[in-house]
Amino acid sequence: MLKCNLSQLDNLFAAVAEAMPLYLPTQGKNGANYTKWQSGAVWSNTCNTQKGPKDLFFPQSEDLMAFKTQGKSIEIIDTRNEAEDFAVFGVRACDVKSLEILDRVFLSEPKDSYYASRREHGIIISLACNRPTENCFCGSFGIDASSPNGDVTCWLTEDALYLRANTEKGEKFMALAAPFVTECDDTAAEAQKEKIGKIMARLPLADLKTDAFGGGKTEEFFNSPQWEKLSESCLGCGTCTFVCPTCQCYDIRDYKTNDGVVRYRCWDSCMYSEFTRMAHGNNRNSQKERFRQRFMHKLVYFPENNDGVFSCVGCGRCLAKCPISMNIVKVMKALEGEQNG
Amino acid sequence: MQTVNTQTLIERASALLKDGTVSAVLGWKRGEFDYDMTPAVFTTEEELSAGFVYNDFCGANLSKYLLKKTREIQGKILVFLKPCDTYSFNQLLTEHRIHRENAYVIGVPCNGMADIHSIRKITGEGIARVELTDSGLLVHTLYDDAPVAVSYEDAMADRCKTCKSKKHVAYDELLGEEGDVLDSHRFDEVAKLEAMTPDERFAFWQGELSRCIRCNACRDVCPACTCEKCVFDNPDSGVENKAPGGDFEEKMFHIIRAFHVAGRCTDCGECSRVCPQDIPLHLLNRKFISDINKTYGEYQAGETADQRPPLVNFTQNDPEPSDVVKGGHDHA
Repeated sequence: MLKCNLSQLDNLFAAVAEAMPLYLPTQGKNGANYTKWQSGAVWSNTCNTQKGPKDLFFPQSEDLMAFKTQGKSIEIIDTRNEAEDFAVFGVRACDVKSLEILDRVFLSEPKDSYYASRREHGIIISLACNRPTENCFCGSFGIDASSPNGDVTCWLTEDALYLRANTEKGEKFMALAAPFVTECDDTAAEAQKEKIGKIMARLPLADLKTDAFGGGKTEEFFNSPQWEKLSESCLGCGTCTFVCPTCQCYDIRDYKTNDGVVRYRCWDSCMYSEFTRMAHGNNRNSQKERFRQRFMHKLVYFPENNDGVFSCVGCGRCLAKCPISMNIVKVMKALEGEQNG
Repeated sequence: MQTVNTQTLIERASALLKDGTVSAVLGWKRGEFDYDMTPAVFTTEEELSAGFVYNDFCGANLSKYLLKKTREIQGKILVFLKPCDTYSFNQLLTEHRIHRENAYVIGVPCNGMADIHSIRKITGEGIARVELTDSGLLVHTLYDDAPVAVSYEDAMADRCKTCKSKKHVAYDELLGEEGDVLDSHRFDEVAKLEAMTPDERFAFWQGELSRCIRCNACRDVCPACTCEKCVFDNPDSGVENKAPGGDFEEKMFHIIRAFHVAGRCTDCGECSRVCPQDIPLHLLNRKFISDINKTYGEYQAGETADQRPPLVNFTQNDPEPSDVVKGGHDHA
């Protein structure tokens, strides 16, 4: 375990940023978000950023390739840049886990080379949550907010940051941090873990259970009469999907330029009426069906295809952001209540 | 704190369900916490008792839900509308978007609604409980901190701080005291924008709109946005897009939307309330309202249900376009 006094933290950031782009949460007008560190940037220790680190690996829109036309010839241009190493600091346990979930989608064959390249080069420096909020329910998905995964795990106390490298990539970061850290034992980090554990136990959503859900439950829940009520005031906006760190659906479009075409992809939302249009049109014509799809995907279909892993990490962003305050917690409780009742 | 409480509303709604005046009730449903109410339909007294709530966190404007509900319901649906919501209701009636005969409107007074984001700015994160007391809100956090007292004024949503009216402009019956149209100073915010240089104003909007994630929540909640198929969702329109493709497209979406609702926007402020990126979208619309007032005379959309919006109403006194479009920027 290494220790960095907080007075040295900005120097540590500067040294890392000298070697590679460093992203970390900073406070903006609407809360904290990941931004690229620049001299004078102030790191925000807010529990959760408005949007997760997903954008750094799977941006909202990105060019996939371009086609240049001249007469009858078409040239295909690879628009990819070889990604360089970068570091992301302050990633919470839920968001670290969300990347592992995205990996299951993008790194299974055929691999998504755009995502894979960023994952390969991104160093995740995670941070235990000293103050989880009322919206947090990562524990329900087996995530320990006091001990996140990542290439490096950090704990913050009042006067110091404690760091532990978990991977080879993490060691790379530690080498850059070396001038600003000293060796220490894990007493302080363990004490911090215990403090966090006590808060986790009294979170209002601490007792949310996932036992009722998982693979093989399609029949059980698909035709539930609850969907009607749960979805009745859904606006059909894309807020929940766009702030979700595990939502991974996208659309691919061509954009015509003067002398060719740019093929890009952008996030899509199962809440949208134009999502997954097929030759015969859209297969989900009502908001109830679209709403059901989102939650069935997270709670039933995804675990069915991914060894029981749910595609929700309990980060609580949809709870904080939904314009009508409908969310996965309310859905789980209603469906579970039905099963028990 | 609201002057009419949950119990009064439940009793009235239950009575109207019981005597058959209405077959359903549109209101706000209690959530997981003290502040996360969801618009919901209630059909029995039991459902009302179990979940219906009316307090300082019932900011959602229910009028747009009538679009669908008054078309599909057998009988009438009771809806509770706050004063500003009744302007949206009237505007929807003006545009023949809801079936008036299938709605039973109860006007409920509103002292301004609290906004959890405003509260978090004062108390910080981790809100365990919010007590609504006579003197203000008492906010308990999850940590070992002492509870924080927040005044109703400080907790209030920005849009409520410049409330334009405590008067209900449409209702079948009214609960509590009727209020007045207020001198809101809501155009002071527009004046601030107008006082900027064109470059400053451009930078201001660029800063705000560049945060847009195109979730469309502003459009989807807007009572003036009632197209069956929005041009931005229509693959055949040529302008459909699902993500901000660059700075320009974000501006396109919001500015086109503002033009489309100009003269029809009642300034209910739902667009800014729901924006997950905290963009003050209502200012775009409010600028249009201010311009319309100056150009065509004072006009409040939704004030009555039979007005002709100034932009679709030709009169011989209308100014010539050249008088109106002077432009704000020397492009030379």
